Amino acid sequence: MLAAAWDYLLAHPQQFAKAFAMHVALSAAALALATAIAFPLGVAAARRPALALAAVSVANLGRTLPSLAVLALVMPLLGTGFAPSLFALTLLALPPLLLNTIVGLQGVDPDVVDAARGMGMTPRTILRRIELPLALPVMFAGLRTAAVQVISGAVLAAFIGGGGLGDFITAGIAMMAWPQILVGAIPVTLLALAADFLFGRLQRRLTPVGLRAA
Amino acid sequence: MIALEGLTKRFPGASAPAVDALSLDIGAGEICVLIGPSGCGKTTTMRMINRMIEPDAGRIAIDGRDVTAADPVLLRRSIGYVIQQVGLFPHLTIAENVATVPVLLGWPAARVARRVDELLARVDMPPERYRDRYPRELSGGQKQRVGVARALAADPPVMLMDEPFGALDPLTRAALQDEFLRLLHELGKTIVFVTHDIDEALKMGTRIALLRAGRVVQYARPETLLAQPADAFVGEFVGADRALKRLALLRVADHATPGRARADAPAVGSGASLREALAALLAADADVAAVVDAAGSSASTISLAAIRAAAVAPRRAEA
Amino acid sequence: MTWFLRNWDQVAVALYQHVAIASTALVIAFAIALPVGIWAARNARVYAVALATAGFLYTIPTLAFLALLIPLAGLGRTNAIIAMVAFALLVLIRNVATGLREVPADVVDAARGMGMSARQRLTRIELPLALPVIVAGLRIAAVTVISVSVVAAYVNAGGLGTLIFSGIATDHAPKIWAGALTACALAIAVDTAFACAEKRLRRHRAA
Repeated sequence: MLAAAWDYLLAHPQQFAKAFAMHVALSAAALALATAIAFPLGVAAARRPALALAAVSVANLGRTLPSLAVLALVMPLLGTGFAPSLFALTLLALPPLLLNTIVGLQGVDPDVVDAARGMGMTPRTILRRIELPLALPVMFAGLRTAAVQVISGAVLAAFIGGGGLGDFITAGIAMMAWPQILVGAIPVTLLALAADFLFGRLQRRLTPVGLRAA
Repeated sequence: MIALEGLTKRFPGASAPAVDALSLDIGAGEICVLIGPSGCGKTTTMRMINRMIEPDAGRIAIDGRDVTAADPVLLRRSIGYVIQQVGLFPHLTIAENVATVPVLLGWPAARVARRVDELLARVDMPPERYRDRYPRELSGGQKQRVGVARALAADPPVMLMDEPFGALDPLTRAALQDEFLRLLHELGKTIVFVTHDIDEALKMGTRIALLRAGRVVQYARPETLLAQPADAFVGEFVGADRALKRLALLRVADHATPGRARADAPAVGSGASLREALAALLAADADVAAVVDAAGSSASTISLAAIRAAAVAPRRAEA
Repeated sequence: MTWFLRNWDQVAVALYQHVAIASTALVIAFAIALPVGIWAARNARVYAVALATAGFLYTIPTLAFLALLIPLAGLGRTNAIIAMVAFALLVLIRNVATGLREVPADVVDAARGMGMSARQRLTRIELPLALPVIVAGLRIAAVTVISVSVVAAYVNAGGLGTLIFSGIATDHAPKIWAGALTACALAIAVDTAFACAEKRLRRHRAA
């Protein structure tokens, strides 16, 4: 079975390369966009309790929505293709990023912040040198979760014309063609696992030495 | 050195002000202890000095300068700040922690490094061993030593300390109190020290301000507070055993009379407190003890009668 | 909107199917996760292995997983339920184990000192005290399972996804709305219900 899949892959190299590239592009773009929105928003919200509460509520709500439902809802509004898929995937990636940014910042030991303030650090310095480094592990855990979610969601983007490795899977299921299914399913699984592993490594590397479990 | 005039702070939703037109004058080189029951406003008052809490009314002057409206961030860099939970930055090394304010002030790196080593040595944390460690590797007592070193780094004339030894076990606390007193006498800083522990206040304070409901009830030297409490509240607060507490503040050497004691008399060092002498006399069921000096010889004695006289002296003076 | 009102029976059937497979999967997943979680709470190595395995399964993209199960489970509900159980395991095992580990040691010690057997301790003290965290895990697992069920329609498992796929295939927007919005509403409702339960449980157990 694997041999048949490998043959199929060799027979359609450009198709595969294109789908793979599209998948990675879609995922990376959605993740980057979501990060660019969520991190600043989270930083701003962490200091204002009312805003934090609202942001956390919305993010929690967003977290519960089924991924395919979100993707499907985008279609009647924005049509099919790359842009609507990117929009939907960005929406899917926002909740974990926003939540983890806020929770991470709010979780910094208040005594440490009090000491920093009492010693005469400006609010911006406190954010830059104390709060963000200490919140980074949690924020990165959110990034890791979001990355896996986006890669998984990008598979579903095949249903709204977003391209990517999902195309192989859906076509394979429709035609009951096993090699095609594998050509889609295995690489995307490896992609997700690789992303999880890499972000996990990155998270550990970026955790300040003083915080790492002894 | 520090003058507080009419400081007032009322928190939103509170029926009474936390600090009510409080005025206090703290001399240079003094340790002013703020003490009182929960909610009396001692921590709030302390935190108004470095503007961590903004006063609603009143004036704060440090070394003659009115700082009520000064830039809080710059002000704080000139005041040492030590809190109960220490608040060491967990992601920075001990050296980096201690160097925080000097770096904020822009000192050159070489000067900072020298200063860090000097301070770590002063608080009994050999720099070679501790400079590159992280806070999580230290015990509670060690963390607070680093906390004190960090507060002293930029050599501020004033220091604020909020129950700094409160989270430590009694033995460590006593050791740190002694070390800190010694350090302060060497450095001559002006300290505002908040505590809820009357024994700590009596031990550490040059003058003690007893607060209640946001006002100063009595501001006096420890002996005066014990001997002449301003009212029943103060009397209760310092404790029913204040006569004994007073004895702990008086030295045997000041109340001894020249002479020799009997051979079987107990002995007390000349530097001991009258309270310790009393304990020794009671334990030996004796009336007179020999006072022994540093060399070990005795040329004077201390008697129960003398101790009693010292204990009731203020009352007899009033009568 | 009008389509929805005229065809609400279709939606109802889809909703019913959806809830049926989702709850079945949740029950099965919990039945597996509870004993594994209890074991993992006591044994660090089991904890590590269980979490690594469940974590691995969780990372596999949903549709890929369903597709890979086809030779094993064919098309249909079984396939979907296996996938949903696999995805729900991580959260459930982790929360059962964490919930049990967070029970204060002195409480367990007191129970032991009073002569409770290990099983009595577990059922009368530890599990009840761990309940808020376990329910928090069930909450996330329930939402996860609902989300997977939507996709599972593609492998003939039924559910609200059928409306979505049908709508996409025929470019019939009202069907898409009906399927997607109902699925979202279901997810929110279930999440809220579990959240209330969690809050109620925490209040009664606050130290």
